Amino acid sequence: MKVLVAIKRVIDPYVKIRVKSDGSGVETNNVKMAMNPFCEIAVEEAVRLKEAGYADEIIVLSAGETSCQEQLRTALALGADRAIHIDTESHLEPLTVAKLLRAVMKQEQPSLVLLGKQSIDSDNNQVAQMLAALTQCSQGTFASMLSIEGDGVTVTREVDGGLETLKLTLPAIISTDLRLNEPRYASLPNIMKAKKKSMQVITPDELGVGISHHQQILAITPPPQRQAGMRIGSVAELVDKLKNEAKVI
Amino acid sequence: MATLIIAEHNNQVVAQDTLKAIQAGLSIDSTVTVLIVGKNCRFVADELSQVKGVDNVLLADEPVYEYQLAENVAELIVEIAAHYSHILAAATTFGKNLMPRVAALLDVGQLSDVIEIQSPDTVIRPIYAGNALAQVKSEDSIKVITIRSAAFDAAQAGDSQAEILELNKVIPSDLSEFVSRQTPESERPELAAARVVVSGGRGLGSKEGFAMVETLADKLGGAIGASRAAVDAGFVSNDLQVGQTGKIVAPELYIAIGISGAIQHLAGMKDSKVIVAINSDPDAPIFQIADYGLVGDLFELVPELIKSLD
Repeated sequence: MKVLVAIKRVIDPYVKIRVKSDGSGVETNNVKMAMNPFCEIAVEEAVRLKEAGYADEIIVLSAGETSCQEQLRTALALGADRAIHIDTESHLEPLTVAKLLRAVMKQEQPSLVLLGKQSIDSDNNQVAQMLAALTQCSQGTFASMLSIEGDGVTVTREVDGGLETLKLTLPAIISTDLRLNEPRYASLPNIMKAKKKSMQVITPDELGVGISHHQQILAITPPPQRQAGMRIGSVAELVDKLKNEAKVI
Repeated sequence: MATLIIAEHNNQVVAQDTLKAIQAGLSIDSTVTVLIVGKNCRFVADELSQVKGVDNVLLADEPVYEYQLAENVAELIVEIAAHYSHILAAATTFGKNLMPRVAALLDVGQLSDVIEIQSPDTVIRPIYAGNALAQVKSEDSIKVITIRSAAFDAAQAGDSQAEILELNKVIPSDLSEFVSRQTPESERPELAAARVVVSGGRGLGSKEGFAMVETLADKLGGAIGASRAAVDAGFVSNDLQVGQTGKIVAPELYIAIGISGAIQHLAGMKDSKVIVAINSDPDAPIFQIADYGLVGDLFELVPELIKSLD
């Protein structure tokens, strides 16, 4: 079967971000970028499905500026077969991303679409669910385990209070949680090979998707700063502070 | 304006988060409608009908809704959505799973994990693991919103009882099927709603080491939490993880034991009222936000702390 994986280029998770002083956004110039960690897990899962003989082809897709081809190359080096870059400089809201993905799904007819559960920049946690709605597919969000069984996929989901297992009809849209797997590193020979793999560039217009805006970001501000408190010398002093100063115990 | 709250429950008990979503809804309008979808969940409807500010309860009580699967529940919500300007749920795994599906079916955007409602169309939500706040204005006719529970108080019981209206609409679930659920039993308070949270990290070294966290939490009547490192090392189950990818908590007292304080962890607890850090590394980033910091060997300090609370 064919697996489609959607990935996003984001600021590297270990970078301490800086909010621009004019409130227009977060500084991205000269900031290290990376593949969103949840997307790495989605790529890894697709590669494992191929290694296990379930997937025949892995298509990796990203929407955004030309620079997101870097992350697509990374995914190709990790084992994806070909890449699709949806080239646009517009700001993309989750609903638009879902519509772009729906258009690609129509062309490619994948049995499984894997996405990260959320991007660590906008923290929306929406695209997979929206794509499932638009395509009338089943959804398995926050997956920590999945197995292909016949014409379906069994997904264990991380839910508040524990785990939940569902059986989904294919085609299914799955979003990955951190514990689904541990992503591999790309080897140098694979990075070299990835340069020869196909990178199809397509515009939203060519896919017939208009870019709509449903929300307006009025301002981005730093959160209120929490001041460091005091160092305490002993357990007795701590208990005293908690009882008499903070009055929380 | 009319606001619809999607209730979360296990067919018997209302989730505390729903009361917070109701309170958030009341900041948009003076009354709200609550929708309960499930099987044999009449009791939940009775309970929610007595909450202050709830003037209407819609009940969809059918076997097909037993496990509240997103596929058919989203369709059901869309059936009645046209009557509302706002549709809210708590940003729990239930709300996060369901609401974007509802939004997309309505062809509107969603405002996720909102911490403040400034006006009926403008909200504040954290981005970049809470390292920035975005003020966002929705231009949609129906606003689909998930609420960060830790940022709102719970709605209280009122003195009147709202009318319960049954929705006789059965939408079968053909796309997905519930198989099983694993829920670790716990006597402790629910993590997201606890007044005190004691969390442990990699520094505890083992599952046995983590037992100190449990003992301390029990002494304080608190819930236990964990960092991702502690979950990955198998000390505790993943539903106790606090952070960007786990639960967001804001208790009165948060005690972090053997947790360095990575950005992703801080995203889940930095709005706690009082933060205590106990760590052997004096340079751990957790000390930059802790109100009270204690540097030293956990295996000496924590048992001493437990003992001094007797």
